[in-house]
Amino acid sequence: MCLGIPGRLVEWLDRDPLLARAQIEFEGVRRVCHLACVPDAEVGDYVIVHAGVAISRIDPKAAEQLLVELRSLGEDIVPIEEPDV
Amino acid sequence: MKFVDEFRDVQALRRLIQTIRQRASRQWSLMEVCGGQTHGLLRYGFDQELKGVVELLHGPGCPVCVTSIELIDRAIELAQQPGVLVTSFGDMLRVPGSRTSLAQAKASGARVRAVYSPLDAVTLALQNPREHVVFFAVGFETTAPATALAVKQAARQGLQNFSLLTAHVRVQPAMQSLLQAPDNHVQGFLAAGHVCTVIGFRSYDELCRDYRVPIVVTGFEPLDLAAGILACIEQLETGRHEVENRYERSAVRDGNAPAVALIDDVYEVCDRDWRGIGVVPAGGLKLRNKWSRFDAEQRFTLVSQPTASCLRCRAGDVLAGRLKPRDCPEFAQTCTPDSPLGAPMVSNEGACAAYFHYGDWRSNSATLVRPTDVTVP
Repeated sequence: MCLGIPGRLVEWLDRDPLLARAQIEFEGVRRVCHLACVPDAEVGDYVIVHAGVAISRIDPKAAEQLLVELRSLGEDIVPIEEPDV
Repeated sequence: MKFVDEFRDVQALRRLIQTIRQRASRQWSLMEVCGGQTHGLLRYGFDQELKGVVELLHGPGCPVCVTSIELIDRAIELAQQPGVLVTSFGDMLRVPGSRTSLAQAKASGARVRAVYSPLDAVTLALQNPREHVVFFAVGFETTAPATALAVKQAARQGLQNFSLLTAHVRVQPAMQSLLQAPDNHVQGFLAAGHVCTVIGFRSYDELCRDYRVPIVVTGFEPLDLAAGILACIEQLETGRHEVENRYERSAVRDGNAPAVALIDDVYEVCDRDWRGIGVVPAGGLKLRNKWSRFDAEQRFTLVSQPTASCLRCRAGDVLAGRLKPRDCPEFAQTCTPDSPLGAPMVSNEGACAAYFHYGDWRSNSATLVRPTDVTVP
């Protein structure tokens, strides 16, 4: 239910605060989404869309920081190879 | 997909799992609140990989599962009225009420339609002025801005033929009632990343302090889930109990201001009957009086009364983390996704459905039915 999908803002259609809408691209598929909750998002930004409404603007720096941190954890651990199936 | 694929890095995940195993000096019981996280954890095998280190208790975070039978009966009653079309999310249509589901009612002639967004229901009302379109508004705080926006857009466009049957639920009161239960053994929470994206997580400070549990705001991809578990374990191992955010790319402490403003303008807090759990004080949202013209329960006369749940279904114990779905005597025997006794077996986010599709129960018995192939979003 709380599924949210990241998509890229490609074009603003309406910037009225209540009726704000934009074209959002999800892996090449475009859909009109409501942007009343992320009025400051700009073309090129990624937003998380839930039930047709963008609920946040993704912070790319925070995403990168987490990835760097997680990848550095356990670097001394020898990874287990994926078993052949 | 950007911001998805990189959080599914298998090698990094394997190392993280090993780090979690090394950090834990004993087994800890963690509850993931959100049903989407339950599916992610089982789909990626966290329950197996972390056996003996983390016991995953699956929380009540499936709004479809906790919607009361009475409200489903009311939705069906609405859909049977002439000139009324009931819309909702696809999941909701399959959940049984006291006699049938909305989907079964549709097969018998009731007017029911699945929509992707409550705003699509507003569009349907605009396009079909002779029909009254009801949106059956289920969901946590994540979904409330969308339904609030639907009401405000309908008002702006002067629509007279749109209303909500409101079933919204609030996560934090449910977490609190779990912590207050005498048999509670939740030691740490993975908080629902998208609920926190909308309303923030400032209010969790109190829960952490009063119940001495760490609460880690957690995302949905495998690396997010591992990061949430690791942070929770680190806190438990060092005797801390704080709110920590591991979904920083989306959630901030005070939430999304325009979304919070939408919810506050349209809804007020109310007590809510949660299916399988009972009445949760302050556990729901209802339309404010100023929006009562959009309240389906006020627009139409409905007679559905509260109904007891199926006695054989132990959904209440599953939703409170007291019973693992595979330990329910009905699981995969009389209760399957094709023929569910209760909502957690129906919904894509229900814990019983997650165990049915990803669990290891199949290897335990040759007599069990085979699971059907499903696509889980």
